[in-house]
Amino acid sequence: MVREEIIRLENVSFSYGQKEFLKDINLSIYKDDFLGIIGPNGGGKTTLLKLVLGLLKPKKGKIRVFGKTPKEGRESIGYFSQFKDIDFDFPITAFEIVLLSRVGKKLFKRYTRQDKEAAEKALKDLGIWHLRDNKLSELSGGEKQRVFIARALANEPEVLLLDEPMSNLDMHIQEEFYGILRQLNKKISIVLVDHDLEMLSKHAKEIVCVNKCNTHTIRYHDIDELKMREICNV
Amino acid sequence: MFEILQYQFFQNALIISVLASLAAGIIGTYIVVKRMSLISGSIAHAAFGGLGISYFLGINPLAGGTVFSLLSAFSIAFFRKSAGNRLDTLLSFLWATGMAIGLVFIFLTPGYATDLFTYLFGNILLVSEVDLFMILLLDMVILSTVFLMFNSFLSVTFDEEYSETRNMPVTLVDMILFGLIALTVVATIRVVGIVLMIAILTIPAASAQLFHKTVKGIMITSSAITLFATVTGLFVSYYFDFTAGPIIVLIISFIYLLSILVSRPGVFSFFSSHFSFHVDQKVK
Repeated sequence: MVREEIIRLENVSFSYGQKEFLKDINLSIYKDDFLGIIGPNGGGKTTLLKLVLGLLKPKKGKIRVFGKTPKEGRESIGYFSQFKDIDFDFPITAFEIVLLSRVGKKLFKRYTRQDKEAAEKALKDLGIWHLRDNKLSELSGGEKQRVFIARALANEPEVLLLDEPMSNLDMHIQEEFYGILRQLNKKISIVLVDHDLEMLSKHAKEIVCVNKCNTHTIRYHDIDELKMREICNV
Repeated sequence: MFEILQYQFFQNALIISVLASLAAGIIGTYIVVKRMSLISGSIAHAAFGGLGISYFLGINPLAGGTVFSLLSAFSIAFFRKSAGNRLDTLLSFLWATGMAIGLVFIFLTPGYATDLFTYLFGNILLVSEVDLFMILLLDMVILSTVFLMFNSFLSVTFDEEYSETRNMPVTLVDMILFGLIALTVVATIRVVGIVLMIAILTIPAASAQLFHKTVKGIMITSSAITLFATVTGLFVSYYFDFTAGPIIVLIISFIYLLSILVSRPGVFSFFSSHFSFHVDQKVK
């Protein structure tokens, strides 16, 4: 069976200033993938996602997202970022956050009934519809993460890019999250960045190691965890 | 005691109070939720440069003020990201340079003393018909833009990077929002003046934030607080022959302290909860 390629990176290099950060990365992501991306801290995992989203420009190489440039193709991506720049004191409810994924490029956006239904469905998929009117600051860590995953889902994407959605979560909540993601994976492709190899190898279909100058794609069934640790250097 | 309401100048002052309170309450909400109080202070003081020049040239000061505040707002919006940590340098530059330009031109104009005081600290009872018309126009622009772009503003103020991944023209939305801050500055100069402006742009919204979950709620309450303070200030100013600006600011500040006491059980727990919040953030 030939798999349909949805995202493709060809010889992509990226540097912050003089410092080379990613070098000659080649990576293909396919439809229905549940791809785990792993690598040491500061190894370029987040940078890789931002390149795919067109938030950063590669120094050289080519990136195609659904056969288009990242800026055109990202319409079909649902993105969950690390919370670093989010102000948790911001006066906004869970429902409003999820609706933001529907604003898009329209300056004078009014929410339609479809927008509200999509947001409702995303909140229900994540099991947090009852929290819709809660203010962001009233939510627990795990609930916040669910809200932001719901936001990534609500624009009805074909692929989810999740940047460390499991960080700071208890083990049993992580298991529950992976369960939800596997359910979603029946319809959409998922790319998940994490640093916990054990959990990733349990749930992802494939794993890619990213460490600055090299990427390895491994089918996790083919290889034991120790060997993988060695290759991935984590 | 309300016979004063028959006078045209007092009616004008009341209308200005409503207009300025709406603009300040609504735009002030964005300033507070996005933590832009220094940016707004900088735009306000830069506007003084324009006031001074138009005063010297003998045209309506608010016209020059609008030009200067818009220019400074757009330059902040444009350079904000590339400036990074140096943003405060840019803000100080605009802040002080605008003041210096304004002072030079006002000193060059004969009979400056009273007018200087008016622009710096406001004088709501000295509003001309032309000013009233200009402020009405500014308010219409501010209110209709916020009404139309509410969701875009929410998206960009809450999470700029995510908005960009949804293909929103983030820089344009930012420019428009900063432009509205500039117009709000001009609409409120007559009420509290440049030096005290930062108070009505931030303190009412900060008080309202303690009681609301959403940006819309904060906008309504903070406009109401500002309106109450300006109208009270106006009456005090008239009956006690006192400048309204400082009175308005003191009322606003008093409401803020009261809001903290009401919204939290005890001042000590207020401080301790804020302290522990910062510790939490560092751990993450």
